[in-house]
Amino acid sequence: MDMLSVKNLCISFGGLHAVDSFNITIKKGELYGLIGPNGAGKTTVFNLLTGVYKPDMGQIILDGQNITGKSTIEINKAGMARTFQNIRLFDNLSVLDNVKVGLHNDNRYSTASGILRLPSYFRTEKSMNEEAYKILEVFGLEDEAKHHATNLPYGKQRKLEIARALATNPKMLLLDEPAAGMNPSETDELMETITRLRKLYDITILLIEHDMKLVAGICEKIFVLNFGMELANGVPQDVLNDPEVIKAYLGE
Amino acid sequence: MKTKILNVNKSMGSNLITIGMIVVAYTVCQTLIATGSMTNLLKNLLVAMCYYSIMAISLNLTVGILGQLSLGHAGFVCIGAFVGAFFSKVTISTIENTFIRFSLAILIGALSAGLFGVIIGVVVLRLKGDYLAIVTLAFGEIVKNVINVLYIGIDSKGVHFSMSDTASLNLEEGGTVIVKGAQGISGTPRNSTFTIGVILLILTYLIIVNFINSRSGRAVMAIRDNKIAAESVGINITKYKILAFSLSAALAGVAGVLYSHNIATVQSTKFGYNMSIMILVYVVLGGMGNLRGSIIAAVLLTFLPEYLRFMRDYRMLIYSIVLIAMMLFNWAPACINWRKNHSLKSYINAVVRMFKKNKKEA
Ligand SMILES: Nc1ncnc2c1ncn2[C@@H]1O[C@H](COP(=O)(O)OP(=O)(O)OP(=O)(O)O)[C@@H](O)[C@H]1O
Ligand SMILES: [Mg+2]
Repeated sequence: MDMLSVKNLCISFGGLHAVDSFNITIKKGELYGLIGPNGAGKTTVFNLLTGVYKPDMGQIILDGQNITGKSTIEINKAGMARTFQNIRLFDNLSVLDNVKVGLHNDNRYSTASGILRLPSYFRTEKSMNEEAYKILEVFGLEDEAKHHATNLPYGKQRKLEIARALATNPKMLLLDEPAAGMNPSETDELMETITRLRKLYDITILLIEHDMKLVAGICEKIFVLNFGMELANGVPQDVLNDPEVIKAYLGE
Repeated sequence: MKTKILNVNKSMGSNLITIGMIVVAYTVCQTLIATGSMTNLLKNLLVAMCYYSIMAISLNLTVGILGQLSLGHAGFVCIGAFVGAFFSKVTISTIENTFIRFSLAILIGALSAGLFGVIIGVVVLRLKGDYLAIVTLAFGEIVKNVINVLYIGIDSKGVHFSMSDTASLNLEEGGTVIVKGAQGISGTPRNSTFTIGVILLILTYLIIVNFINSRSGRAVMAIRDNKIAAESVGINITKYKILAFSLSAALAGVAGVLYSHNIATVQSTKFGYNMSIMILVYVVLGGMGNLRGSIIAAVLLTFLPEYLRFMRDYRMLIYSIVLIAMMLFNWAPACINWRKNHSLKSYINAVVRMFKKNKKEA
């Protein structure tokens, strides 16, 4: 079964074809890597998939549902969640509340019951807290639950972003350079966490990464983007040994 | 882990401290009044302190929690003041129970101000840029000027409106003019007492903190901190912006009703740009998002200018110096540290710790 199927996705800014005929099919439960040199259009692909940009052309099907042209909010509700290359946390909220914002749509009580502190408030908040702590524990963030998100060290901020995305209970997770700025031991730990995530949650992941080692180590398939176009696509051994890929990455 | 989850509301302690402070201040004032040691000057300011505090904390919801600048908060106060006063004057003979009439006046004043909040929110908050400041500024002035030329009268045929003068209302014999243009509304029942003011302040405070610490409030603050991220986790940006803004407007309306039932005549010219800025000063001084700070700033700055009257020419100078001093106390890093080390909470914690230690040793 396909989780994500993208056909002929295009967008240009002015004259620049940032993403040009992008095609990808990702199976349920797969961990797919999206790599490419700086400015290749990787983040733009994420912005297209999540409705931040509307595509000029093409079609995006998520788990059988056509989400082309839908809003970011609708796409999240349809089951797609993401993290950002430049971390975007709710800085002045606690770590716990950052995750609870992610739980917002699946845990409801009215504004009035919140203000009047009706039983539904206490019931829902309690279960939200339990669920949020469960997610935080996966990332080893439970001890920092009450800290402000800004006060977390860099590596943990990246993890918190993933935790918040997971809280929306997505079918598909898009991670934009989750290991950026991490030292090797933090990167190893992150790889281990991602592997664990896939066991715990039944989730499909598309991951942008510069770090070849990380990509080759955990991804089942790799897509290489160059100047907005497909350069290679397949299993890691083939892709990483592809002379075109080597040329694009190492120069001539 | 269990203990962490039990602590649903992290700021419960802080809220109790604020309410405790209000109650203590109230008790002290009542004692002073009972023993006859409070000056008339201060007595006349007590209700004003309550409504300025309500204006400040309600504006803080827009500025500090929603993170949008509003320069027309007085416009919402004005609507609450006039609608509330109008209602009370019209129903004074039909609803004899003061408590019920005044409660209804507050409710209707709040709803009307809130309704205008929704309208402005729907028009402005859907836009991407920060247009709220400029639109609210215009809104405040429009409300003030429209009410300033508004004449409303009532006779057996119903309600009559006019924008020119009393005569053009064409009232029958025995009809009464209620809103008299620049003269506003006079003879509103003086239902606002210090006790009611304090109760309304506490209620408004609870409404705002409960809102902040609920699912909706979290969404609002998430939008304030990072709109793109909030959208990415499925938060409806427009809905929560309008919700917070209209709640803030409705609570400003409550302050307005309290205002118009405290004085003999309510005139719309009082609710101009100056008042909006003054409320904003309370919020900035007290700290964005800090409700207790807003209340303290509003109380001190209501009390101060009156008390400095004896200094005549130097009054506004001293007032400005105090403003600057408060600003420094609030924002200078050294002062922030000092406050952290000497806060009421830290003292309470220290006492609690000492108590626990003694218990253990015993
Ligand atoms: N909103 C935009 N307006 C104009 N140009 C844009 C916009 N967004 C992206 N681009 C351009 O599209 C190209 C691809 O950018 P993108 O951020 O997708 O690259 P990337 O592969 O994520 O690079 P990096 O590895 O540096 O993150 C770049 O040339 C960029 O300048
Ligand atoms: Mg990028």
